[in-house]
Amino acid sequence: MDIKNISPFVIFFASIFTSNMILSNFLGMCSYISVSAEYKTASGLGKAVSFVIVMTTVINYFIYNYLILPLGLEYLRYIVFIIVIAAVVQIIEMVLDRYFSNLYSKLGIFLPLITVNCAILGISLFMVIREYNLIQTTAFAIGSGLGWWLAIDALAAIRERIAKNKLPRGLEGPGITFIITGIMALAFIGFSGIFIIQ
Amino acid sequence: MTILFTILSISAISTVLSVFIVIAERFLNDYGECSIDINDGTRTIKVKGGDTLLSSLAANSIFIPSACGGKATCGLCKLVVTGGADELLPTEEPYLSDDERRSGIRLSCQIKVKRNISIVVPEEFFSIKEYKAKVERITDMTYDIKEFRFKLTDPREIDFKAGQYMQIKTKPYDKGQESVSRAYSISSVPSDKNAVELIVRRVPGGICTTYMHEYLKTGDEVILSGPYGEFYIRDDVSKYVFIAGGSGLAPIKSMIFDMIEKGMDKEMLFFFGAGSRKDLYYFDLFKDLEKKYDKFRYIPALSKPEPEDEWEGETGLITDVVSRYIEDEKNKHAYLCGSPGMLDACIRVLEDKGFTRQIVFFDKF
Repeated sequence: MDIKNISPFVIFFASIFTSNMILSNFLGMCSYISVSAEYKTASGLGKAVSFVIVMTTVINYFIYNYLILPLGLEYLRYIVFIIVIAAVVQIIEMVLDRYFSNLYSKLGIFLPLITVNCAILGISLFMVIREYNLIQTTAFAIGSGLGWWLAIDALAAIRERIAKNKLPRGLEGPGITFIITGIMALAFIGFSGIFIIQ
Repeated sequence: MTILFTILSISAISTVLSVFIVIAERFLNDYGECSIDINDGTRTIKVKGGDTLLSSLAANSIFIPSACGGKATCGLCKLVVTGGADELLPTEEPYLSDDERRSGIRLSCQIKVKRNISIVVPEEFFSIKEYKAKVERITDMTYDIKEFRFKLTDPREIDFKAGQYMQIKTKPYDKGQESVSRAYSISSVPSDKNAVELIVRRVPGGICTTYMHEYLKTGDEVILSGPYGEFYIRDDVSKYVFIAGGSGLAPIKSMIFDMIEKGMDKEMLFFFGAGSRKDLYYFDLFKDLEKKYDKFRYIPALSKPEPEDEWEGETGLITDVVSRYIEDEKNKHAYLCGSPGMLDACIRVLEDKGFTRQIVFFDKF
């Protein structure tokens, strides 16, 4: 299959399942591990990350294609993307605080944390490497966001279930979390062969 | 050439984005003038919306106790908000019990004033003020405890009840450090209106105690606020039991001397727990008081006296000593100040003697 002309639908589903940001690219692990002890909070973070991924990736798409490329500044894309992400997160925080205080009370505290989430920068960079067009980029961003959300939701649900179980001392906390993540990643590999985008 | 171009482009992009944020902040964070209604219309203040409730109130000289400076880590700045606040934030949840949530209690450092808001402020908070003060004297009490005397310069007088505490704001002394506020009990008496004395034990690695012990010098200016707290002498009974350890001596000293100054004719028993002789301070002061005033008894107890101390007083854990001296709770109230471990142990002993929670008052730190 011509890698450039993959249908946006394929990209969308692939980025949720076979090329999941966490489970196959292992991006955005810090908040994934540290904020997954409780289902409610994890779900909040998942939503916030999805939301920010879609916003920033689309904005970065325009900045890359209409500013960075024409000026020949490709080598600056890392810095530019991260500055854009930081600025967009700031503005999103203010907008939520003003107009969607309901949403802000649930997502607000996660937003600053998200600025440094590698998955978000990663998606902007993949979009460039894989030369996606606008529709593909949007599908990719929405899919990756949902994929990240799905992964942290699943992990948090498992962690809540095992919270009261006895573990060998060395495995408590991050130890068992990494093992669960590994097994989840193996399970997600089962989806591959259905479609692949990288 | 490339380098210059790179620098220019990055600066240009950053500037544009910063301008965006500034503009966004202008429009999005502008909530116009909001009014804060305090205690059902007793007082109404007008503030510019967009700031936290805690800082909006502080700007109007209403100081709510807060030890962390608005970072939602101390949980002291609780207020009842009766209307005009958004939903409970996840940052507040750990500090509020179900009962508190039902009665509308919120952390004032987390709530933004976005519209007219009505709150309930306890009466005693209105007497809390911010003071400029100068370090008048620093005295070594023990190897790790110092006493600081602050002369108030603006305003020049303070009214407080013996047992209350003040907060001191640190100046950053290390790279990347922020100013923090910490609370210490007042050890001087309320009649000494132009100054306050604080007793501070050095905590290894503590931001504020390091600042006070190592960086604060006589003549330095500091910002204090207060008085805070509900640890003060309440009802009238005929016998008072005081138990303190370490720098917990501060509020107890203030209480004892205040009662004597006011001519309150009460029996007072003061237990002070320490490790060895080198941890005891104000020993002579209380010994002299004991001689002058026959209703006052001073019972210092050492848990690990050194041979060279030639200690003839009480030895053993403070709990055992208290247990030996006190038989029942009749006509007595107890006031305790010290570390949580010592306090909990002493409260258990007092409860065994029949003291109820209503007649045991304490200040944990």
